[in-house]
Amino acid sequence: MSFFKKFKEKMMGTTQEKEETISITNKFKEGLAKTRNQFTSKVNDLVAKYRKVDEDFFEELEEILLQADVGFETVLELMDSLRFEVQRKNIKDTAGIQSVISEKLVEIYEAGEDNVTELQLEKEGLSVILFVGVNGVGKTTTIGKLAHRLKSEGKKVMLAAGDTFRAGAIDQLQVWGDRVGVEVIKQAEGSDPAAVMYDAIRAAKTRDADVLICDTAGRLQNKVNLMNELEKIHRVISREIPSAPHEVLLALDATTGQNALVQAQTFKEATNVTGIVLTKLDGTAKGGIVLAIRNKLHIPVKFVGLGEQMDDLQPFDAEKYVYGLFADGLELESENEDKE
Amino acid sequence: MAFEGLAERLQGTIQKIKGKGKVSEADVKEMMRDVRYALLEADVNLKVVKEFVKNVSDRAVGQEVMKSLTPGQQVIKIVKDELTELMGGEQSHIAFSQRPPTVIMMVGLQGAGKTTTTGKLANVLRKKYNKKPLLVAADIYRPAAVKQLETLGKQLSLPVFALGTDISPVEIVKQAMEHAKAEHHDVVIIDTAGRLHIDETLMQELKDIRAIKEPDEVFLVVDAMTGQDAVNVANNFNETIGITGVVLTKLDGDTRGGAALSIRSVTQKPIKFVGMGEKMDALEPFHPERMASRILGMGDMMSLIEKAQANVDEEKAKELEEKFRTQSFTFDDFLEQISQVKKMGPLDEILKMLPGAGKIKGLENAKVDEKQMDRVEAIIYSMNTQEKTTPEIINGPRKKRIAKGSGTTIQDVNRLLKQFEDMKKMMKQMTNMQQKGKKKMKMPGLDSLFK
Repeated sequence: MSFFKKFKEKMMGTTQEKEETISITNKFKEGLAKTRNQFTSKVNDLVAKYRKVDEDFFEELEEILLQADVGFETVLELMDSLRFEVQRKNIKDTAGIQSVISEKLVEIYEAGEDNVTELQLEKEGLSVILFVGVNGVGKTTTIGKLAHRLKSEGKKVMLAAGDTFRAGAIDQLQVWGDRVGVEVIKQAEGSDPAAVMYDAIRAAKTRDADVLICDTAGRLQNKVNLMNELEKIHRVISREIPSAPHEVLLALDATTGQNALVQAQTFKEATNVTGIVLTKLDGTAKGGIVLAIRNKLHIPVKFVGLGEQMDDLQPFDAEKYVYGLFADGLELESENEDKE
Repeated sequence: MAFEGLAERLQGTIQKIKGKGKVSEADVKEMMRDVRYALLEADVNLKVVKEFVKNVSDRAVGQEVMKSLTPGQQVIKIVKDELTELMGGEQSHIAFSQRPPTVIMMVGLQGAGKTTTTGKLANVLRKKYNKKPLLVAADIYRPAAVKQLETLGKQLSLPVFALGTDISPVEIVKQAMEHAKAEHHDVVIIDTAGRLHIDETLMQELKDIRAIKEPDEVFLVVDAMTGQDAVNVANNFNETIGITGVVLTKLDGDTRGGAALSIRSVTQKPIKFVGMGEKMDALEPFHPERMASRILGMGDMMSLIEKAQANVDEEKAKELEEKFRTQSFTFDDFLEQISQVKKMGPLDEILKMLPGAGKIKGLENAKVDEKQMDRVEAIIYSMNTQEKTTPEIINGPRKKRIAKGSGTTIQDVNRLLKQFEDMKKMMKQMTNMQQKGKKKMKMPGLDSLFK
């Protein structure tokens, strides 16, 4: 069964489920419109250009993926398994290849480990979410959006202003707090971020909050001192609540190239990252590096940022992500199948 | 997960060629594939890579490489020269207006580092060019962006022109120009909001700001970690607004920074500055040659040498060398060395500049803990003179005393003693090698740099 059919079947659950799925898929499609236009049209061009699946075809496909920042090694792996698949299924012309490509991409993405994209929060009592990442990836903005999301799910949310370093960072979080309507625990600029966390957890406990989202200062992963500071913040949180932080989310800029892999690895070592938020996916960048990250480090993407509005944060779904990239081509293919 | 540099990549291929005695066209082709890989892993845009590899292989297939006895070195040299040339000649300066104020506009994507760079640039202009800059807060969209610039202004004691977030950026800039003239500012730096290059409304806003008074410089601020998309971003900004130069930020990270090459080759605009840290003076001029080495993963020897020259006392260095040779190196000299190294800046940054540092055993994931150095110093300070010169006499009770005196453990003391021993051994080997000739000293990429 083709990937698209499976996908379609998935959408044929209960009517309500179906509507939900469709609306999220549409959001993905919209947000990814630019990405898709570029990426898919390229794949379409490719399919139109090459009737036959041959080495030239593979080479050009490889180039498309490289230009999506997927990264060299992962692309090579993907090409190998694609070649194998094409041989096994005896695919000769390019018309049938799109679904195979997206199937493989999803497979790489979901390989091995369990693929938990939902936030793992406590059913009762306080849950802590810690945000980490390099400078300028959009941590504070994402926190604002996530707070809005959790609040509209009926949770009592509080924010901790742990970026005490960058000028104006605390004010920035406060503006988001006001916008969303949640309380922000903060101290003066330049104070110890671990102390802010300690305070915030105490406050969140007393005020019976469900979720505390902690902001931290952006730091480049090769700054040892700053990474140590992050470990300390992590430690202080775990000391206050042994099961916390329940989620450590790494904010990753979709425009980042191969360095994102190093980022993910180093932050994972320091704070045991549980998930990635892929930000700024509404530009022309494709964020293909998440495939490599998933492939090498097994960290799942949990959310994607698709714009600057409060509700522009969407849960990540590998199938939909890939579907978003290939949507037009797949629809065509399926129509042809239906006709047959 | 550090990526292999070009030198490391080429090594495998060169190993194969070595025995052959003659380099064939196919060998060159294989080496070019290594070049391609290395550049792609450094995030150079694929199209730029293809064009580049084509040019280089034309040169390589010609006489240069085939006849060379050291084809690997030759390829690296060609690639590096070509890269350096592509990234422009020497660093360029700021075009100041004949009739002040000089207007500089900062543009770029969200999170590239425009506001921080605005502060740094103002600082440089004041310090090095003796200017009196005015900062203009024209980012009314991102929460607290105005506040961020105001805070930076306060830190640097520089005036910031801000009108809050209710007035349009175009109006803010208009008023700022009036203000600058009235207050006799000779430079105006406009911090604009980050925006996507495909956001037509916001790009129009930049055009409108640009129309108020033709800026002398429009700097595109780009994150050095940007991947393949850097060409699209640079192209769009350049075509829509017209940029005059590029500032590459966050280069103090461990990215190769291939975006620099991509941007340069699609826009033909010079990279004028690089951001090297979070402090307000961490803005440096761009050096094409150093960037070329970095993209190729060859380390940044020039910067290192410059840093060393600026900080290391020549007399003392000579003395030390003499001690290396005569094996009379003591803990006192060790202390001296530590303090010299410390003067050069954070150790991990220095290590990063060393070519092949990633390949040295134990240094692959070099993470230098500055506190460890303080501990080493404390241990040495707790030794007496005799112990410092003849560490062999340090026995159990002495170790205990030293550990106690320095607030460390006996294990720490043991470790240091062992390190010191190893170091002495290594020096012995190195001096021996120098006498035997330099060929044995093989550090990938190093020799090619000293040619």
